Amino acid sequence: MIYAITAIAILVSIALALVRAILGPTSYDRILSANAIGTKTVLLIGVMGFLSGRPDFLDLALVYSLVNFIGTLAVLKYFKFGTLRGTLSKPADNA
Amino acid sequence: MELALDIGTWVLLLAGSLLLLITGFGLIRLPDLYTRIHAGGMADTLATFLIFVGLSLQSGFSLVTVKLLLVIAFVFFTGPTASYALAQASFVAGLKPKLDGLSESEDKDETD
Amino acid sequence: MLRTVSLFLVLMAVWLLLSGHYTPLITGFGIASCLLSALIAYRMDVIDHESHPLQLGPRIFLYWGWLFIEIFKANLDVAKCILFPSKNLRPSMFMVTASQKSDLGKVIYANSITLTPGTVTVDLDGDQVMVHALTEISAQGVMSGDMDRRVTKVMEATS
Repeated sequence: MIYAITAIAILVSIALALVRAILGPTSYDRILSANAIGTKTVLLIGVMGFLSGRPDFLDLALVYSLVNFIGTLAVLKYFKFGTLRGTLSKPADNA
Repeated sequence: MELALDIGTWVLLLAGSLLLLITGFGLIRLPDLYTRIHAGGMADTLATFLIFVGLSLQSGFSLVTVKLLLVIAFVFFTGPTASYALAQASFVAGLKPKLDGLSESEDKDETD
Repeated sequence: MLRTVSLFLVLMAVWLLLSGHYTPLITGFGIASCLLSALIAYRMDVIDHESHPLQLGPRIFLYWGWLFIEIFKANLDVAKCILFPSKNLRPSMFMVTASQKSDLGKVIYANSITLTPGTVTVDLDGDQVMVHALTEISAQGVMSGDMDRRVTKVMEATS
């Protein structure tokens, strides 16, 4: 019962983030929403695992939390440098 | 004992759900990108913690609990890094934050 | 070398906790893969005081405990701000000075600021940290320098 309530709350929250992704004036707003949706998906996978009585789903949540992080960083890096090649250090000053 | 754990799960999951709803609400409502990052950070920290601790009360002492705690640790480590990268990238790209002028660096010196 | 051994032990612990299969063959594969990972990391020379901060010791856990209470309080503050923005919303941007000497200390400090909702590190240049704060309370929390002192204390005991 409580799992269903939590899952619905997470879904509503994802929907709200999705609205921000559609509205978002800048692309950074959209990346922020994507990141937030990713975090909420991790929560959703965990809760769904308990809802269906199969806590093995947590392995997926574990991996998803890391993939979400790498994905956000990759998109941001691509935005900043226009390429995924090379190091992350600032081109101008590297003190 | 069983009842106490169930009540604990209910309270924690409900509190987490409420925080998540506030987070989603904040993503819509707050005026500019930098303020919205704060709302996103809320989902990364306390909401995740509350929900996963609530779930771990149900799983008892097992590997599932360890995995839940590990997810919390991962989210706590990666969340701020992603937020910082986002804030830094948008700042470098020249996106100006909306400030209320209460304590800008000019009119109020920081305490070092 | 000590760090390599410790890295292997950490990898092994994580493997044992995540696997859940303890037949001899599977466990053997686990030990082999952990050994290989530790060996590659050693050969690549990526195990140092930053990637595997053994020197922080148990003090970092005490700091995490304190940080968690701060996160809890900050979350309530931000939630209040979202629900009643007209009363609480006072975004501000300011610089603070990080008093840690090592890069690791600065990163811990900057990440702690970001981890606390209501304050986000926007830029870290030298020892100047640019912070964006959501409310007056969160801005004062950073400006008071309490967190800075605690991180410095954690870092100082190590060197």
